[in-house]
Amino acid sequence: MYDVEKIRADFPILARQFGTHQNVYLDSAASAQKPLCVVETLTRVYLQSYANVHRGMYPLAEEMTAEYEKARRIVQGFINAKSANEVVFTRNATESINLVASSWAETFLSPDDEILVSEAEHHANLVPWQRVCEKKGCRLKVFKIGDDGSFLPEEYEKLLTEKTKLVAITAMSNVLGTIFPIKQMTQKAHAIGAKVLVDACQFAVHRQIDVLDLDADFLAFSGHKTYGPAGIGVLYAKSEILNKMPPYQCGGDMVDKVTYQHTTFAEPPARFEAGTPSMVDAIGLGAALEYMQNLGLKDITAHEESLVRYMFEKTSEIKGFKHIGTAPDKGGVFSFAVENIHPQDLAYVLGKEGVAIRIGHHCAEPLVERMGYTSLARASFGLYTNHSDIDAFVKAVEKAQRFF
Amino acid sequence: METIETLIENFSMLDSWEDKYQYLIELGEKLPPLAPEYKTEAWKVSGCQSQVWLVPENIDGKIYFKGDSDAIMVKGIIYLLLAVYRNKSAQEIKEIEVEKIFAKLGLGEHLSPSRRNGMMSMVDKIRLYAASFES
Repeated sequence: MYDVEKIRADFPILARQFGTHQNVYLDSAASAQKPLCVVETLTRVYLQSYANVHRGMYPLAEEMTAEYEKARRIVQGFINAKSANEVVFTRNATESINLVASSWAETFLSPDDEILVSEAEHHANLVPWQRVCEKKGCRLKVFKIGDDGSFLPEEYEKLLTEKTKLVAITAMSNVLGTIFPIKQMTQKAHAIGAKVLVDACQFAVHRQIDVLDLDADFLAFSGHKTYGPAGIGVLYAKSEILNKMPPYQCGGDMVDKVTYQHTTFAEPPARFEAGTPSMVDAIGLGAALEYMQNLGLKDITAHEESLVRYMFEKTSEIKGFKHIGTAPDKGGVFSFAVENIHPQDLAYVLGKEGVAIRIGHHCAEPLVERMGYTSLARASFGLYTNHSDIDAFVKAVEKAQRFF
Repeated sequence: METIETLIENFSMLDSWEDKYQYLIELGEKLPPLAPEYKTEAWKVSGCQSQVWLVPENIDGKIYFKGDSDAIMVKGIIYLLLAVYRNKSAQEIKEIEVEKIFAKLGLGEHLSPSRRNGMMSMVDKIRLYAASFES
């Protein structure tokens, strides 16, 4: 039984008051709040187990290395990778994608190759590919989505050609909430010999990831969105691809043999983790993913689906409230416009009522423009969001409507 | 247009944030609309959360600004900024401590220009225009 009130007690920040208002945090898509167990893990490691990883021979160093590598195995289990060696720790998903762009794409793509993305990409899964195209003389193709934000298979397949070498797609839009059918899209891409990179930043928060089932070649997500610390991210890549990739950055811990003139590099994942990693944050991420697993991904998804239904039901009663992104398969990310109120004005009033939402282009400027706006408001859910949060949100929007 | 001193006094008479916001909205509504030919990329202030345009004019060594936004409360802020910077020389604009003036309005961090938010880009733009008239 998913007891959201009991879960909320794990997140002390949710009990904060702003004036007379309770903290109504509807910006989890930007960054999620942290459960006690994650913060306690960070504190415990710093106070009890801290040393550098992969270097010392003394007990603390061994303990720290063991914890860091255990975190890697937790990630492996969380995404169902074949081997922990397919899990590279990065700073965040942005770095994960840039790593693939710099190391894999710049090595293996040739002029006239095509990279295919959707209209719904976050800048992090768009701009790195623009740069690759500029450097390598490749072409960036963008397939259309529906006006409701839904995936259109015919648009995708139309642009998937024998020239396509990489499909880089979000599994869940951070603006529209649309869930993309990654497994089917990957099958189509593989059929013509293209590799697939999945931006799973939002998806990882709301649904179970199974890289074996998806058959994704690369997958990226950020720790801070999955209830873990900021500053740690994950890149998954299939062993056979990762093994062939040259280093991304050079330094300590990623080398095999170094002389003054020449260096041979370590095997993955060490090859891609130059320098001292954000090791305590990696261990914290392990704690966060275990926390999600203990609650059960299926139950988290079911809880959020009930919130999505409730959100549609309650907001449909607000006059002039328009949802941007109403695809049939949609997770707990709601972009919206309120008639005659600029999102920034709305956010000021909501903020005063203790309701945290995000406004702007959400790092997906072309998408917001494609939907017909220069700025959108967005409310997003986490595993701790409850029905009262939605009630408070609706009340605050109605108050804002009386203001303007 | 009221002086900034009058506006500070008016704000000080309002206790609740609701009343302060309401008054800011009223000021925004009073801001004369900017002619459409100025609502272009050239006059846009980047770094704001809404679309903001600022247009300077140099009349006999004093700098005058016109401005607009698609967000009504931001228009209110522009109204306040125009009151702060009205009828000033480039040198005077450089010396105005805008953060201190806004602190007296009691609008809070998000509605005041500070180094940490997008409101400051309007002030930066005003200072940039002033400096360009100086040289």
